[in-house]
Parts: sequence; C-alpha cells; structure tokens
Amino acid sequence: MSDYIYLYRGGETARSPERMQETMQKWLAWMKMLKDQGHLRDPGHPLEGRGKVLHGKQKTVTDGPFAELKDIVGGFTIIAADDLDQAVDLAKGCPIFEDDGIVEVRPILEVSV
Amino acid sequence: MVATLTRIFGVHNIALAEDVVQDAFCRALEVWKFRGVPENPAAWLMAAAKNRALDVLRRERTARTFAPELGRLLESEWTAASLIRESFGTEQMKDDELRMMFSCCHRRLPEEAQVALILNILCGFSVSEAAEAFLTSRLAMEKRIFRAKNVLAQSKKLFDIAGRDDFNNRLPAVQRALYLLFNEGYHGASPDSAVRQDLCREAIQLTSGLLEHPFAATPATYALAALMCLHGARLPARVAAGDLVSLVEQDRSKWDLPLVSQGRQYFERSAAGAGLTEYHVEAAIAFTHAMAPGAEDTDWGQIVSLYDHLMSIRPSPVVALNRAIAVAQHQGPERGLEEIRQMAGQERLRSYPFYEAAIGELELRGGRAEIAAAHFQAALALARNSMEARFLEQRVIECRHQFGPRIKT
Repeated sequence: MSDYIYLYRGGETARSPERMQETMQKWLAWMKMLKDQGHLRDPGHPLEGRGKVLHGKQKTVTDGPFAELKDIVGGFTIIAADDLDQAVDLAKGCPIFEDDGIVEVRPILEVSV
Repeated sequence: MVATLTRIFGVHNIALAEDVVQDAFCRALEVWKFRGVPENPAAWLMAAAKNRALDVLRRERTARTFAPELGRLLESEWTAASLIRESFGTEQMKDDELRMMFSCCHRRLPEEAQVALILNILCGFSVSEAAEAFLTSRLAMEKRIFRAKNVLAQSKKLFDIAGRDDFNNRLPAVQRALYLLFNEGYHGASPDSAVRQDLCREAIQLTSGLLEHPFAATPATYALAALMCLHGARLPARVAAGDLVSLVEQDRSKWDLPLVSQGRQYFERSAAGAGLTEYHVEAAIAFTHAMAPGAEDTDWGQIVSLYDHLMSIRPSPVVALNRAIAVAQHQGPERGLEEIRQMAGQERLRSYPFYEAAIGELELRGGRAEIAAAHFQAALALARNSMEARFLEQRVIECRHQFGPRIKT
C-alpha cells in the first residue's frame, strides 16, 4: 500500500440548502466507505477560496490564487491504495463529479526501503 | 436565527441576516463533508452564525445602517460583541421570534403572504418547500415571499412587542396566520403527508411559543393551541399506509394521547374570559370528538349545536357542509342531505372534492348506491392529490359492490 493525495478542484456552484445537504451526505457516505475499506489515511480539509501567493526572490506577496474557479484547489484527502490504478478507481466514487468538479490523484513521493 | 439577526441588523437588512445564516450553513456543510457532522450541529451552526454576524458588523459598520434602536450599541466593538452574545441567548431568541412573527403579520400583507413569510423566516422552509406545502409553483412562491420581504423592509423597524395596544391590535392577525398554517397542514392539498405533519407541528410550536408571552396568552390563543393539539392528535390515524381515513373509520388507538391531554389543558385554560371566539368553538368541536371512544359514542347533538354557533360567528360554506355532516350523524342521512340542499354558497364548494363526496356518502347510507357512485365519481375528478384520489376511488368501488349485483340480475 502506498499513499496518494486527492486534490479537489472546482465543483462549487451556488446551490439550494437542500441540494447542499444532499451533497454533504454523499461526501460523508463516500468518506465512510473509504474508511471502512481501510483506504482513508486522513480525511483532509476543505480550503478557503482566497489566500495569498508568495513568489520570486523578492518574495512578492499577491492576492491569490489566480486560477479560474474551476482550477482552484478546494480541499484534499490522503488515502492509501495498492497502486495508482486503484487510487484512480477509488476516486471515481467521489461526489464532486456530479458538480463538474475535478479530482487530481497524485502519489505521495516515498522511498521504498 | 434569521429572526435574531434581523433584530440586530434591522428589518431593512433582512437579506443580510439571511445571507449570514446561509453563509454559516454553507461553510459548516463544507467542513462537515470532510470532518464529519459534529454531535450538536445546531449549536455549532449557531456559534458560526454568531461569529459571522460579528465579522459583518466589524466590516460594514460604516457602510450600512443597522437597526436604529441598536445603532448606538453597535458603534463600539466591545458593546457589539456583547450585544451579539446576549442576542444569541435562548431567552432573547424567543422574544426575537415573537417580534418576527408579529412583523410578518403586517397589515399591508395579504394573509397568504403572511403565512408564507412565517414559514420561510421562522420555520426555515426554503422557497421550494413552502411552494410544495401550498401547492403553488416555486416561481409564484418566490414572488410572494420577495414582495412580502420588501414590504417588511420598507417598515424599517421590527414590530415592537413591548407596546400593549399595538400588540393587542395585531394579535388576531397572528392567530389567524397560525391557524391558516395549521389548516394548510391538516386539510391542505399537499400530497406528501410528511409535509403536512411538518406544517401542523410548526404551527403548534409557534402557538405554544406565543403562549409564553404574557400579552399573547389570551383565552383565544389558548383555544387556538387547544384546537391544534386536539386536531393534530388525530393526524397519525388520519393517514394509514398512505391512505386517507375518514373520522368515523379512524383507529382511535392511534391518536396521539399526550397531545390530546395537552390540548385538553389548553382548552380548560381557554375558558378563562367571557369572549367566545371561533377558535373556542372549533376547539370545543375537536374536544367533543377527542372525548368519544368511538364515532358512535360521539355526542353529535352537541357537535351540531357547536357548528350552529360557529356559523353565527364565522359562516362559511365549509363550516355549513361540516354542520350538515354532523346533522346526518345525529339524525340520519336524509336530514343531512336536506341540510346540504338548503346550504347557501354551494357554488363556492364546486371545486372542493369533499362536497360531492359528502353527498355521495349520505346517498350511500340512504341506500342509493348508484346515485352515490356518481357523486363520488364527480368528487374523484376534483381530487387534488393521489391520496384523495385513492380514497375516492375506494368509495366508488364500494358503491359499485352494492349496486353491481342488482344490475346483473
């Protein structure tokens, strides 16, 4: 088993409270499934849409991130899977796709010993 | 929560109050998606809304004018924070709800708009839920609520519940709105029985909240609470396995007994004054039903005379129809039919399925199954939801069973 991070992008639209509650229930169910199957390392956190970006040797600080709404990372989760294929398969259950969101699956770099 | 925030921000900022609650809610759900729902989500939301309100006040203190009577207190950071803390205490929230309830029953708003506002602001029904409860389109409900909020916002100030004269003047409108809210749940056309029970529960809750205020705890309010409890107690028996069950055939063991005794207590307290309102009479009718172990044990003579009384206070074709049905129970179907024929304003009942159904029922009891079937068929064409339709279909089939064999021979 290796660790993978899911980066959630986009998928946020103005919705009715009922729809939001529904969506939350789906997320909870999905998280629970990952946990029950022993894949959930850390449920992670949602992130605020706003923040600051530091760059350059001058360490210039600007408001950011600048990306389009659909590209902004909105949260992350760390899971454990046998390989990238399994991590991708597991990600297919994420409710974010119903809201046209994106899941980026990235292996966490490890040195096998 | 919206009620409390509206008092702080002022009624002209009602949209801001709603935004704050909405925002707290959105953020909460976003976090819960990842971290799970906390043990006491309501308290969590309350705390989040409180903090958010404080943020808004800090940020927009100069940009907006808040509630005039609180404006001074909001000037300083320190008093603003303590005001918010104090406002989110349970006692204060009750007062705010009451103030909001009275504000919603604004003279310039039609009754249906008042009820819609109460549902939306005080009971937290979304526009689509409110639309569903009143069987109107989402768009129509949106317009109704939007216009009503505008009227409210123009008045700049929430209703002041400290002034006794104003309070007494508006109390009847509040009682009426709560009565309509309850009725919509009890008799309304919404097909989903869960929605209906919700409406009745909300109405009972708001009315008992009203009773906690010394000015509002009048005999009429007690009578209103009594009739809601006594009728509401019958709800579980009124719908069995998704089907409507008429009062006569209800399984009375399914009645909600604690609610009956609560209603009984309210009813006793309603007898304090000399005034006799329509709520008193309706509560007395519900009480008479509730006290009878079975339909045949009911004191129908008493119920007929109570309906006579109701007709003299608030006459309506529906009351007249109910009276005629009670007469039929008391003196037989022929007398009941006679009463229906003599009723005034029958044309106003033309689209009401239970008018035809009542005639059908009495014709059936009078042994004229074929005529009865025709009336039930007419009622069926008017059914407003599948539950009513199934109930009426059953009655048509019942009639056919009775005259069917005779036709064959």
